[in-house]
Amino acid sequence: MERVTNLPDNRLEKNFSEAKPLYTESEARIEANRCIYCYDAPCTTACPAGIDIPGFIRKIASGNIRGAAKTIFEVNLLGVSTAQVCPVEELCAGACVYNKDNVPPINIGRLQRFATEKGLLWEQDKKSTLFSPQNQTDRKVALIGAGPASLACAGHLTLAGVKSIIYEKDDLPGGLNVTGIAPYKLFTDAALEEIEWLKQFGFEIQTGLEVGRDISIDHLLENFDAVFLGAGLGRDKLPGIPGEDAAGVWGATELIKKIKNDRAFKLPANLESVNVVGGGNSAIDIARELALLGVPEVNIVYRRTISEMPGYRHELAAARQEGVRMFERAVPVEIIANDRLVLCTKHKLTGEPQQFESDWIVLAIGNERDAGQLSPGLEIDEKGCVVVDPDTMKTSVAKIYAGGDCINGGKEVVNAVADGRDAAWSMLREWGIGEAQQVRRNHG
Amino acid sequence: MANLAINMCGIKSPNPFWLASGPPANCGEQVMRAFDAGWGGAVWKTLGKPIVNVSSRLGAVDHKGNRMSGLNNIELITDRPLDTNFKEIYAVKKRYQEQAVVVSLMVESKAEWREIIRRAEDAGADGLELNFGCPHGMCERGMGSSVGQEPAILEEITAWAVDYANTPVLIKLTPNITDILDPGIAAAKGGAHGLSLINTIKSIIGVNLETMVPLPSVRDKGTNGGYCGPAVKPIALHMVAALARDPRIQIPLSGIGGIGNWRDAAEFIALGATSVQVCTAVMHYGYRIVEDMIDGLSNYLDDMNMASVSNLIGKAVPNFTEWGNLDLNYRITANIDEEKCIGCQLCYIACLDGAHQCIHTRQSHCSAYHGESDHGIYPRTEIQPPVLHKANGGIPDHVPFVDEDECIGCNLCQLVCPVPGCITMIEQDSKIAAKTWQEMEV
Ligand SMILES: Cc1cc2nc3c(=O)[nH]c(=O)nc-3n(C[C@H](O)[C@H](O)[C@H](O)COP(=O)(O)OP(=O)(O)OC[C@H]3O[C@@H](n4cnc5c(N)ncnc54)[C@H](O)[C@@H]3O)c2cc1C
Ligand SMILES: Cc1cc2nc3c(=O)[nH]c(=O)nc-3n(C[C@H](O)[C@H](O)[C@H](O)COP(=O)(O)O)c2cc1C
Ligand code: SF4
Repeated sequence: MERVTNLPDNRLEKNFSEAKPLYTESEARIEANRCIYCYDAPCTTACPAGIDIPGFIRKIASGNIRGAAKTIFEVNLLGVSTAQVCPVEELCAGACVYNKDNVPPINIGRLQRFATEKGLLWEQDKKSTLFSPQNQTDRKVALIGAGPASLACAGHLTLAGVKSIIYEKDDLPGGLNVTGIAPYKLFTDAALEEIEWLKQFGFEIQTGLEVGRDISIDHLLENFDAVFLGAGLGRDKLPGIPGEDAAGVWGATELIKKIKNDRAFKLPANLESVNVVGGGNSAIDIARELALLGVPEVNIVYRRTISEMPGYRHELAAARQEGVRMFERAVPVEIIANDRLVLCTKHKLTGEPQQFESDWIVLAIGNERDAGQLSPGLEIDEKGCVVVDPDTMKTSVAKIYAGGDCINGGKEVVNAVADGRDAAWSMLREWGIGEAQQVRRNHG
Repeated sequence: MANLAINMCGIKSPNPFWLASGPPANCGEQVMRAFDAGWGGAVWKTLGKPIVNVSSRLGAVDHKGNRMSGLNNIELITDRPLDTNFKEIYAVKKRYQEQAVVVSLMVESKAEWREIIRRAEDAGADGLELNFGCPHGMCERGMGSSVGQEPAILEEITAWAVDYANTPVLIKLTPNITDILDPGIAAAKGGAHGLSLINTIKSIIGVNLETMVPLPSVRDKGTNGGYCGPAVKPIALHMVAALARDPRIQIPLSGIGGIGNWRDAAEFIALGATSVQVCTAVMHYGYRIVEDMIDGLSNYLDDMNMASVSNLIGKAVPNFTEWGNLDLNYRITANIDEEKCIGCQLCYIACLDGAHQCIHTRQSHCSAYHGESDHGIYPRTEIQPPVLHKANGGIPDHVPFVDEDECIGCNLCQLVCPVPGCITMIEQDSKIAAKTWQEMEV
């Protein structure tokens, strides 16, 4: 496949190394045998997709690698990318019982990567497939957005014989898995290869087609048995302060997307310093990416205290190691554009003004939640998220199901995958196709 | 997907995986949960005359931090009323027709055997297993392994049972004998329809060095018990294979001993077992282990292009032979992959102290030219260490090398090497025709 990442001075390809490379056979064997195969395992409970983690690890240990891959894929069709992008420290590995005994937890993400990638290699070697789609039914589903939620949903539907078409406004499929994930976690080409694998099941992706502009949702409702809304979040939010539209002020996801996928994009040679506004994982990600790309001074400017930052602790620690500095209790009030940019803030408690000078400013204060506007009848909660019934993934509009960032306001890839899967299973249950499937889920 | 169903002397089950008679098959509720998890059959906890039990009952050896590499028990047969057991067997069979329920029995007199066989069959047993294997407690009273150790008595009781029974009769053998063929042949002669083995191996698992009481201890005393679990698998494999290749034994075998995953099971089947039974691994991890056993075995059979598990039964038996039939002129030598080597030098010390002094380190080589010895810690003077082609993690001087002319091909270095595929045994063309010890003697 053609590499679509075209990184400034090839830095990303050259300088970012994968945080969780593929295990060797020895590593996998030793790590798999370290797992004690808990019953009703806390790691499985902590996994938003409810993967039978001790089960797949035991299969690695017994040498049944493709069985291990299948155990994962059956509930998480994006097992390859989630193995690398899941914050396992916060999820499965964070719940490993070993933590309670001060023993390092099982490296579940890397074992998952080993199992899933070896499973796909087995497919290539044997010219065989782990899954084969059931006979075609007469049902068909349209999916909005080709992010992880829709991909998982379409994957399960096609395996059950339901014709599925995904409409994606961007040129590339994959959603934030392709445009947003830090490259040291997952390269864009790896995410795209995973989509190629999923597409073998038989669903279609039409890119460059925006629902609501190029095609109406009512049209979809008329022509399909159901519509799955997996539109994710919208544009980067703006703080609403003077100067926020100055040149050199970026939105975090806008900039990350350029770093990852824009062939023509390069960091200016004289880019000396960047101030990142925000305290979540996107703020930490873009700060780390810029620092790793060699920007000498990268700061995170946050309105509350560091301990209140919603970003993960392990990410924060990594950012610090990479030289990112943190400034707390600084609430942005204005951006002044001189030769450089001046971020003016006031102290959260005392109101005392402070100024941060830099070449660029990146705003990482969240994204718009606009998916609910696609159809007038969609119930939206106070945070702007589309409301669904968690048992059926149905929205307030008949025949519209939803999942992923547009219903949870922005969680992880694995949450979106589990939502998409559950929506697919809910449709299949409703239509009496195949055996009813359900996985115990922790929606928290 | 390969067909896993088996028919063992008329006992049919959807797969070859059965619970062995023991705590996991103690009551109906357990057996039903096991069937729900995927087990193809269960051999009910041995039934007999009302019996007693003790606390504690189990002891185990751990190996390098791995819990329960070997398990020892001093438990006796069922301590629940016979009526209750039979009622539950009936209930299980009513709900689960596809799965096999084999009832394990152990009584003394002819009349008792007749009575208990009738009751087990009335309850719906698909087959019977006579427990001639229990090596503790029951044998002190003339039952269990004390029958298994006396071929004549074993044959006689087998004949009674076969006579009374309308369902297939399996004889469960004890490994606590000199030659497994003796009880095996006796059972076959007595008319048994199949053999199950092994039961547990007589053992003492350890001693409490403070109280001086053997483990597991019952207040201030301990007794010998039966050993099972991963540690006993090689012993069980040999006994199954020995029966499988003996022409006097033409009845199917149920392999037991240390089975914990599909690989273990496949080995038993390749060496002649039709079904396999599991006790310790279920006691350790629960019924859920059967999921990988089914999935893994089926994937393996697919890979081997075997449409059914019956194609695997006994596949390795023709290659199990006497020592005297091995080719004395076949030669392999060790080869160390310098790229994979991590420099632990475990192969070096193993060969130096525990084998034939054919692996050398680069350090020992330096002194070799100062010439102390022709062999041993220093390589023979004519041996040059091979040039290392690739730098290896900064420790190239820790990559040992093999003196191939001296290597006798024992495998030890390969067995101790922690890196898969680093040490391989490579066939050397000995340029001499194959010759066995038998052939040398004629
Ligand atoms: C910077 C950043 C870093 C992240 N890092 C991680 C991480 O390391 N690990 C992790 O697990 N998660 C991470 N996440 C979160 C994760 O990427 C998302 O939770 C996940 O991608 C959500 O999937 P989704 O399918 O709901 O939406 P998205 O991935 O957002 O996909 C939605 C898709 O719908 C398309 N779309 C929207 N509207 C329309 C329309 N009207 N018509 C057609 N198409 C439309 C969009 O173009 C997009 O492709 C990160 C998020 C960000 C922003
Ligand atoms: C606690 C315990 C109780 C057992 N009870 C019986 C029994 O009642 N009857 C019997 O035939 N075997 C009994 N066994 C032996 C097992 O059926 C089996 O033959 C043996 O444990 C070897 O298999 P394993 O290595 O899978 O455990 C018992 C084993 C254990 C550990
Ligand atoms: S395993 Fe159960 S029966 Fe045995 S000692 Fe523990 S609690 Fe008691």
